[in-house]
Amino acid sequence: MNKYKRITLDGLIFQNPTLMLVLGTCPTLGLISSASSAAGMGLTVVLILTLSNMIISALKKVIPNEVRIPCYIVVIATLVTFARMLLEKFVPDLYDSLGGFLALIVVNCIILGRAEAFANKHTVLESAVDGIANGLGFTCALTVMGIVCEFLGSGSIFGLHIMNFSIGIFATPAGSFIIYGLSIALFVYIINLFEQNKRVKVNKLARENLLDKEAA
Amino acid sequence: MGTVISIILAAVLTNNFITVKTYGICPFLGVSKKTQSAVGMGIAVTIVMALAVLITYPVYEYIMVAFDANGNEIYNFQFLEIIFFIFIIASLVQMLEKIIQKISPSLYNTMGIYLPLITTNCAVLGVTELVIGDMSQFLNGATMNLGWAVLYALFAGLGFTLVMIIMSGMRERLNYYKTPKALAGFPTAMITASFICMAFMVFTYITI
Repeated sequence: MNKYKRITLDGLIFQNPTLMLVLGTCPTLGLISSASSAAGMGLTVVLILTLSNMIISALKKVIPNEVRIPCYIVVIATLVTFARMLLEKFVPDLYDSLGGFLALIVVNCIILGRAEAFANKHTVLESAVDGIANGLGFTCALTVMGIVCEFLGSGSIFGLHIMNFSIGIFATPAGSFIIYGLSIALFVYIINLFEQNKRVKVNKLARENLLDKEAA
Repeated sequence: MGTVISIILAAVLTNNFITVKTYGICPFLGVSKKTQSAVGMGIAVTIVMALAVLITYPVYEYIMVAFDANGNEIYNFQFLEIIFFIFIIASLVQMLEKIIQKISPSLYNTMGIYLPLITTNCAVLGVTELVIGDMSQFLNGATMNLGWAVLYALFAGLGFTLVMIIMSGMRERLNYYKTPKALAGFPTAMITASFICMAFMVFTYITI
């Protein structure tokens, strides 16, 4: 069980694909000016990432090592084509707001990166957990930045009007760049603080143990 | 002539791939530390974009769909465009790498290292998807054809190169200044990029 907890925590926080590894930047910057399209993008990626991780992990014995990247890309492109058809049919609003970024999920570094770094070495279940964790890490980061960006840019959250207030720059890519950069800085700062605290605690414990031993 | 100017202005300035569409951000942040590598990456991306559109546009328009003499569809598998396009781009990049390696080893040494990265560059797949979509706003009344598509791709690539060069110049200068520890690396690069975006917003006032 501990193994799955570590995979989940890595995907969500310590190896967060958006904020720690800075992967998949194009859809992030393109879509965080609206919280609902950012969340929709995130959930689509969760679905595709989980399925692609599971399929690639199941096929890892079949795929020859030399042509593995084209094989991964075909798997991902097929899933994206399915996702695109489903969204166009059942959620046309989201399909319109994602625009070109829906097709660009194929070249999203997170999906290919997880296939290359994780799914081709682990079991199907582990890969599925990894896909969900990384996808949710991406979704959470996008949604939080989307909420901040949309509130500053148009005074609304998830399309719900809250107050008459807007800073035009945050509705454009320039504002998205600023929000994304500052989010990375803040996130890395908090993680560093957390790990420093953990180190201090461990050191303190070790010192007390040593003192206890000496006293004894 | 009006269409040519309209497409060039749209591709390079008003609809720049990085600053307005936010396509191709990974190489923009990853390979812009030195001007020399930024230029190499930009030129490689430009060539691949133009060649990719030169192949994918006819494939999409004439091979993936066929009509009989009465204008009825015989078959149509245009819905498979993503799989076809990514495969064409991947094989094109692989082929270019081999050709450049054979013809000019010195060029390969400066440009070849960026080629494998280009397959997963959003800008290339993005431009092939864009030119098969609705382009009427850039065309100034003309109908879409292969020539306009390749012209758009070529100048979109040049616009990408332009922003890469500006960014690398700014980042080279930034090396001489102290940044706060938390902002070092990506955050500084993103804030720099944001200023470039603001500068490019001026061009949205151009109307043709």
